[in-house]
Amino acid sequence: MNRLFPVLVTTAVFLIGFVVCSLQFPNFASTRVVADLLTDNAFLGIVATGMTFVIISGGIDLSVGAVIGFTTVFLALAIQQLGISPWLAFAAILIVCAAFGAAMGAVIQYFDLPPFIVTLAGMFLARGASFLMSTESIPINAPLYSELPDYAIKLPGDGQLTVIAMIMLAVFAFGIVLLHFTRFGANVYALGGSRVTAALMGVRIGRVTILIYTLSSVLAGLSGIVFSFYTSAGYSLSAVGVELDTIAAVVIGGTLLAGGYGFVFGTFVGVLIQGLIQSYINFDGTLSSWWTKIATGILLFAFIVLQQAMVGFARRRSRRAVGVTLS
Amino acid sequence: MIRMTLTGLLATALAGFACQVSAAQLTIGFSQIGSESGWRAAETSVSKSEAKKRNVNFKIADAQQKQENQIKAIRSFIAQKVDAIFLAPVVSTGWDAVLKEAQAAKIPVVLLDRDIDPSGKELYLTAVTSDSVHEGEVAGDWLAKTVGSKACNVVELQGTVGASVAANRKKGFDTAVAKHANLKVVRSQTGDFTRAKGKEVMESFIKAEGGGKNICAVYAHNDDMMVGAIQAMKEAGLKPGKDILTVSIDAVPDIFKAIAAGEANATVELTPDMAGPAFDAIIAWKDKGTVPPKWIQTESKLYTAADNPQKIYDSKKGLGY
Repeated sequence: MNRLFPVLVTTAVFLIGFVVCSLQFPNFASTRVVADLLTDNAFLGIVATGMTFVIISGGIDLSVGAVIGFTTVFLALAIQQLGISPWLAFAAILIVCAAFGAAMGAVIQYFDLPPFIVTLAGMFLARGASFLMSTESIPINAPLYSELPDYAIKLPGDGQLTVIAMIMLAVFAFGIVLLHFTRFGANVYALGGSRVTAALMGVRIGRVTILIYTLSSVLAGLSGIVFSFYTSAGYSLSAVGVELDTIAAVVIGGTLLAGGYGFVFGTFVGVLIQGLIQSYINFDGTLSSWWTKIATGILLFAFIVLQQAMVGFARRRSRRAVGVTLS
Repeated sequence: MIRMTLTGLLATALAGFACQVSAAQLTIGFSQIGSESGWRAAETSVSKSEAKKRNVNFKIADAQQKQENQIKAIRSFIAQKVDAIFLAPVVSTGWDAVLKEAQAAKIPVVLLDRDIDPSGKELYLTAVTSDSVHEGEVAGDWLAKTVGSKACNVVELQGTVGASVAANRKKGFDTAVAKHANLKVVRSQTGDFTRAKGKEVMESFIKAEGGGKNICAVYAHNDDMMVGAIQAMKEAGLKPGKDILTVSIDAVPDIFKAIAAGEANATVELTPDMAGPAFDAIIAWKDKGTVPPKWIQTESKLYTAADNPQKIYDSKKGLGY
């Protein structure tokens, strides 16, 4: 129960927020708004799943936004100018992203550098490379892209579950299984708790670290594919600053920024909360859109304080427990 | 008796309902790019006041220069079942999917200020934009008319290299000037649309053209560069507006201050009121079913000292330029 507390708080915040919006705006409580919430935040949700693994392991990945931008430009050039089949282009970019993530993980592990610096360098690299390829926004006209909306599932009401929303839900399901039900997931938690202890317990730290950053970059690549579906274009300036929105979503979702604690489901709700704030501002129509950032900042701050309080509380209790056994 | 009261009540209720329907207020959502320039801020504030004039419930979403935010805003407008959507697209590509959704929901879309790729031509009702080639022509025509048959050497301050606006404003001016043999563009350089660069380039023009004696007129692709050039001319001991004629484009408040002081001669307006014609088109379309033309060109109006520049300055300075 206590372990789940932050996730429950996040979920409650989301539900209360949704009810407040529904009471205030007549068309809010509809399947369309819910489906839009999933569709519009699909790319954020996918990349946030990867970020959850990274943060639980005690790391950070600042390169994800740039990887998304790189992916969209790569796809646009490959599909539009080189005439490669979209499926082949997807496979190619995911391999490139996997190699990129593995390289960052390896540098972090074997040169013993802080993830912040390594992934910052990765961010500049990926963003720079996408500018090198093209500074223009390139439209993608492949048939797959124009057919995609036809595969959406109609929901009761006028909402529709789009393909990209389904991809996001699948990624979240995959993330939950991987983190909570596999040995790899247990190792991620162990790494975030304490690297030294994890090593003493026999976790192969190097391998796990490389896998974590590979996973994060691959999901960023997948998110880039979804982003290219979303805008049917590749643009080197797309998804600027998304890495920070992602980190915010993960932390609001109840994951401890110091590592060792968190749930994929919490991240899902964290993403939805950010989407909800933006929807509120769009529905209101008179507020400055920068209130999205302010509201996210306030929530983030509140959750960090909540986490610190909980950590402090837990520590005091465990100390007391130790005291009892000693006496 | 009771029946009469009931009928009366029902009638009043019906009348009240009917009244509400006929006065149904239009709700229009506007997905604005952001507030990257003074002109953009003025466009936002003018569209708000134009909406108020027409009693339109107007919702603005500032996209902070991000296309994904604009797509989200359009989706949320569709969910709100607005009567129309205005869009100032940040890039020209990638709108097909979301505009198709708007079309499926039978919500008309009007583009403001910028166009989208031709593939999306069927997806919007009309586009309200200015014609930057025409702006250049208006400036050129004014100069030709003012100079008359006298020989005149013109120097040109271009906008940012590669910007389509700069290329178009140059093209329009060149076309207008080519009709008159006495007008000649002797020097043309980029001033990057900024005041500082405009001043710097004008200084070099003055030095190169015998201290400015050989220059008869300056044409700048925007007012900001002209304000810089005026400064350069004054520092060189020349009288801008008298020794050297000036004409520029945009009609920002500061150029009116210069015109009022007699230091500038003319400016061509890039109107921030793109929403006004768009509102009228939507209202006519909703009320009478009038289909607007695919392109509504805004007026490129010329302003000179004869147009009470001080008054225009006062009315424009509060718009956020």
